[in-house]
Amino acid sequence: MSDTGARAAGEPGPAAAEQPESAGNGGAPLLEARNCSKIFGGLVAVSAVDFAIPHRSIVSIIGPNGAGKTTFFNMLTGLYKPSTGKIVFDGKDISGQRPDKITKLGVARTFQNIRLFATMSAVENVQVGQHSRMKAGLLGSILRPPRVSREERDTDAKAREMLEYVGLPARTHDQLSVNLAYGDQRRVEIARALASDPKLLLLDEPTAGMNPQESDQLTGFMRRLRDEKGLTLLLIEHDMKVVMGVSEQITVLDHGEKISEGDPATVRADPRVVEAYLGKQG
Amino acid sequence: MSQLRALTQWRYFNRAATLALFALVALFPFTRPPLDGFMDDCILALAYVVMALGLNIVVGFAGLLDLGYVAFYAFGAYSIGWLASDHFSSINGEEGIHVFAGEFASSLPGIHLNFLFIIVAAVLICAVAGMLIGLPTLRLRGDYIAIVTLAFGEIIGRFAVNGDEITFAEGYKLTNGRQAISPTDQIDLPFFAEFDSAFNLRPYYWFVLALVALVLFVNFRLRDSRLGRAWVAIREDEVAAASMGVPLVKTKLLAYATGGAFGGISGAFLGSYFNSVQANVFQFGFSIFILAMIILGGVGSIWGVVIGAVALSFINTRLIPDVLNEVPSKIGLDFDLTQLSFGIFGFLIVLMMVLRPEGLLPERRHKMELTEGVGVDDAIVQVKQ
Repeated sequence: MSDTGARAAGEPGPAAAEQPESAGNGGAPLLEARNCSKIFGGLVAVSAVDFAIPHRSIVSIIGPNGAGKTTFFNMLTGLYKPSTGKIVFDGKDISGQRPDKITKLGVARTFQNIRLFATMSAVENVQVGQHSRMKAGLLGSILRPPRVSREERDTDAKAREMLEYVGLPARTHDQLSVNLAYGDQRRVEIARALASDPKLLLLDEPTAGMNPQESDQLTGFMRRLRDEKGLTLLLIEHDMKVVMGVSEQITVLDHGEKISEGDPATVRADPRVVEAYLGKQG
Repeated sequence: MSQLRALTQWRYFNRAATLALFALVALFPFTRPPLDGFMDDCILALAYVVMALGLNIVVGFAGLLDLGYVAFYAFGAYSIGWLASDHFSSINGEEGIHVFAGEFASSLPGIHLNFLFIIVAAVLICAVAGMLIGLPTLRLRGDYIAIVTLAFGEIIGRFAVNGDEITFAEGYKLTNGRQAISPTDQIDLPFFAEFDSAFNLRPYYWFVLALVALVLFVNFRLRDSRLGRAWVAIREDEVAAASMGVPLVKTKLLAYATGGAFGGISGAFLGSYFNSVQANVFQFGFSIFILAMIILGGVGSIWGVVIGAVALSFINTRLIPDVLNEVPSKIGLDFDLTQLSFGIFGFLIVLMMVLRPEGLLPERRHKMELTEGVGVDDAIVQVKQ
């Protein structure tokens, strides 16, 4: 709490951890899903969706409730194995990979209903986010050689910087996450995702439960993430003001199928989108 | 900065207090004769502390309910039964195999390794066994894990009891069943005289105290490490943990392996201390006995588990047979209260659950889960309110 300054000196700042955009793969998208489906028993939750996210873009997936948005997210992050199709991230096939491996490759996410580790402090939560970037094993953890102590100190410092970056006041860093205000919990979740040094950040309804002011702030923050950290963002969002304001590309799902795709203006004008949300006219 | 200074001071105070406590406990044998019933109980209690701390890693840290912990006791005990006794007496043309064995043991047939090797063997065997039991539970959650571990403990127990019927190679028996493998070698450490539990219990006491110190150290280090945080994360929310980059399989298996290894160390120690490895003790009830220590002390709380283990051990060895046992006859009943030990433990647990479910010395996190409803479904919290 009070020793941040002392610790920060000589530590690699967040800039050091910043990932320059992986160059050299021309115009290939950062993430590409080809013909992806997810079938639960007889229910087709996602049906043959083709989808691509360009580097350093902000892309949204929208659709009515039950359209398969979160299922699609879960496929991208490895929580579900796609029934058909292929997902390529940064040139590597990640379809059906384990979630922790996908995280290590550079995909991080938040959850629709906040899933922080409730009895851990904000800092500890963000430290868990750094798990895939840490090296200490069983023996290292027990014997704690200088290498491991340094790693512990560094991750602690980095966690505090991340929390600072998402706008969590220093006095709350050591509070248990369950005791934080709702908005702060959302921030910690984003900090936790950022802590894994992702290239792609997936936000599942990040503005849920926020008032218009907070939503505006978050929208600005997403742009900052893209511009300052070179991140690519994919969000599921219901707040149309946020979606239309921040996205460069919008994909619309309905009953598991992609019914429209394009920039905000195109999607807004698409009669199939209107139909999906409001029902058929006449 | 004053907060930091206060924190550092607190840490130093804590360390000093722990050292003082250990010094006191280490000096205790000088107040008793070398061969003493009470010291015998203390040695048992400390051995149970080692086991309870091991189980605490699996149950308390990683949140994987293990009802078959006795299996690790068995593996540890048989490590010494196999590798430091005359069990395989015809090996090497009845000459035996001796590696840094004690003076007396060196003259016996069978395999006789130094106790330090036995500990290494017990750790390895139990770590592998822990992973084996972990594998089928990886796809399971909650109660189903408990069922698999329970079955595992039972299987190992059956093998121990019936092992005298299982022969291999040139007629070597797997175990000696209820006949017990006996005698096992006394502990013989480099630079120290050979231990002899028939005349002097002090070396055993100090040795097991050193084991407790070692296991405590490992527990504290692990709790505040990358691995410890990953365990808590898995306990709290497996899906979120995996999505944050925690490999579930590896992390869980490490919990089983580490926890099992402690059970093995303690088992090997007890095998030597009792001078025999008797299959009858490897029963389901023992797993519950150790689990009850954790629940009594406070799941996940390292010092709580120490207290719980010592308390329950003394209730078992002192309170019930010496103090409470006279109660039935005084009120005109005629039965042996020691036969009801497990009933008394069960009653204690029920009492704990009603009065203080978080344990005697609760861990912060678990206390919150129990008293504030963190980590449980909202519906339950609402009912409580």
